Amino acid sequence: MANRALGAPRLPGPEPVSEQTVTAKVQSRSVPLLRDADSRFADGTFRLLMLGCGVAVLVLVALIIYELITGGSLAWHAFGWKFFLGRDWDPVNDQFGALTFVYGTLVSSLLALLIAVPLAVGVAVFITEMCPRRLKGPIAFTTELLAAIPSVIYGLWAIFVMVPLLRQYVEPWLGKTLGWTGLFEGTPYGIGMLAAGVILAIMIIPIISSITREVMTAVPQHQREAVLALGATRWEMIRIGVLRNARAGILGGIILGLGRALGETMAVTMVIGNRPEIARSLFAPGYTMASVIANEFSEATGNLYLSSLIEIGLALFIVTIFVNVLAQLLVWTVTRGTPARAHA
Amino acid sequence: MHSTTAISMPDGAIPRIGLLRRMIDTLVTYAAAGAVVLVLVPLGAIFAYLVYKGIGSLNWAFLTQTPKPVGEVGGGMANAIGGSILILLIGSVVGVPVGIGAGIYLAEYGRNRFGDLIRFTADVLNGVPSIVIGIVAYGIVVLRQRHFSALAGGVALAIMMIPTITRATEEMLLLVPIQVREAAYGLGVPRWRTTLSITLRTATSGVITGVMLAFARVAGETAPLLFTAFGNQYWNWNVNQPTAALPLQIFTYAISPFDEWHRQAWAGALILIILIVVSVGAVRFVAGRGMLKGAN
Repeated sequence: MANRALGAPRLPGPEPVSEQTVTAKVQSRSVPLLRDADSRFADGTFRLLMLGCGVAVLVLVALIIYELITGGSLAWHAFGWKFFLGRDWDPVNDQFGALTFVYGTLVSSLLALLIAVPLAVGVAVFITEMCPRRLKGPIAFTTELLAAIPSVIYGLWAIFVMVPLLRQYVEPWLGKTLGWTGLFEGTPYGIGMLAAGVILAIMIIPIISSITREVMTAVPQHQREAVLALGATRWEMIRIGVLRNARAGILGGIILGLGRALGETMAVTMVIGNRPEIARSLFAPGYTMASVIANEFSEATGNLYLSSLIEIGLALFIVTIFVNVLAQLLVWTVTRGTPARAHA
Repeated sequence: MHSTTAISMPDGAIPRIGLLRRMIDTLVTYAAAGAVVLVLVPLGAIFAYLVYKGIGSLNWAFLTQTPKPVGEVGGGMANAIGGSILILLIGSVVGVPVGIGAGIYLAEYGRNRFGDLIRFTADVLNGVPSIVIGIVAYGIVVLRQRHFSALAGGVALAIMMIPTITRATEEMLLLVPIQVREAAYGLGVPRWRTTLSITLRTATSGVITGVMLAFARVAGETAPLLFTAFGNQYWNWNVNQPTAALPLQIFTYAISPFDEWHRQAWAGALILIILIVVSVGAVRFVAGRGMLKGAN
């Protein structure tokens, strides 16, 4: 009743949302006014509850670190740093070295970057600078749709569609033309390091391209106008006015993509061949850190075996965190000051 | 710095751009358009194959029966579909309230150092590889219970949902104008009530979008379920027992050597995509209606 006596309050300011909704809401239920002690208690409780949820996020990360460190300590005490330099992975004799997995993860991820970066940046340049306005939304949306496909479905598609294509057409051709480099020799199985790199590339293109797009739109319009006014062609404008200004952010996007690729599990496990060996040829099968955990964790008998797998997980965790934080900082240097997607 | 060549032009004339530079410009335009085509081809191919192979293998038995033993034709993934729903339900029940709560904290009380710490940590958590989350859920649930369970799978998915929901909720709440809050305070509405009934209500559709994004992301996750939910050949509704999940089943069938199982893997993948799209669409639709009808 009390608030009705005040008359319908007019809310000031430019709300795009729902002035009337709010008014109606407040009027429809009689809000008890000035029940001080009660509402102060309720406010305090509510705040504590929400704080609890916030703290839960901190606790979760602490828990992850704790679990990984305690779980991996056995392997750490047994092998120390040599764990990451040893090539033996021999559960029967309790000998564990993760070098082949580290190698597989690094090579497949770098290969993915090599393929994905030019394409992703190309897509971003096309969408932000070249594309007719009508196509902008649909292309951006479809590219981002790629990010919504579950990893296991990528893997399924890779096994039955991409790998046969690689085996029949791409790999024989690469072997013939570039075989002399030593990177493309041996029997083209289809399955192997190259397949893992290609499927990873397809999977990380959306993230790299959407971040590149974001930082490119954050470059002020007058930078473009200034370069155009000097008589530049469109490409020169993009190169000098946009890409050069956005390069730190683009690098951030690339590193973020690297972070994804390093931790990606299922699709890679399905096509890389899962054989712990280090080969020069990209046709040869390999094994990654994430894949070995996925394949062997639930069957790991023996504490040292399990602990070794957890230590691989710990290494993966540390590397991805480092990579992600670095990427965030780089993106932030470009988009700082402009609210995200303000021009999109 | 050949960019400076652009300036050297005859007085008063419209600058003429050299042939070479024009050619490079055209070339780059085609290259960029080519990149778009190259990126869209796999996307189109994946969806086309999914529908083509999936629909061919989809039948009533697939949706209603449990897997047949190796070598027998027929059977389905009904138990995996059910299991996925169970695990996702557990994940959402645990993850959504915590995520939204943390988002509220950040938006309403977290404009300080401590808030920054939580924000940063949430971003860190977002970047943790899903297989590592699986190891952690194994450590905190499976090892304690001494067996694989749907609960462990749900916890793993909840951990993955929380950071996404937190950041989305915060972002959406901050879009609500401060005047709306002030108006409520002016009417004597307590702060908690303002946050829940006014601020959160105004931002509902945005928050729900965030929740659905998180849901869609974890719905297809396989890696964290490998050694938490583990999989099961039979029906199971007990949260303390190993449970089948659609992504797990797709994985197992895809890497198997049997054609019949490959066929079912495609059907499973199609169902998984449909499940994700339909649940996201349904929730957004309902939420949209709710918003239009007003704040009841």
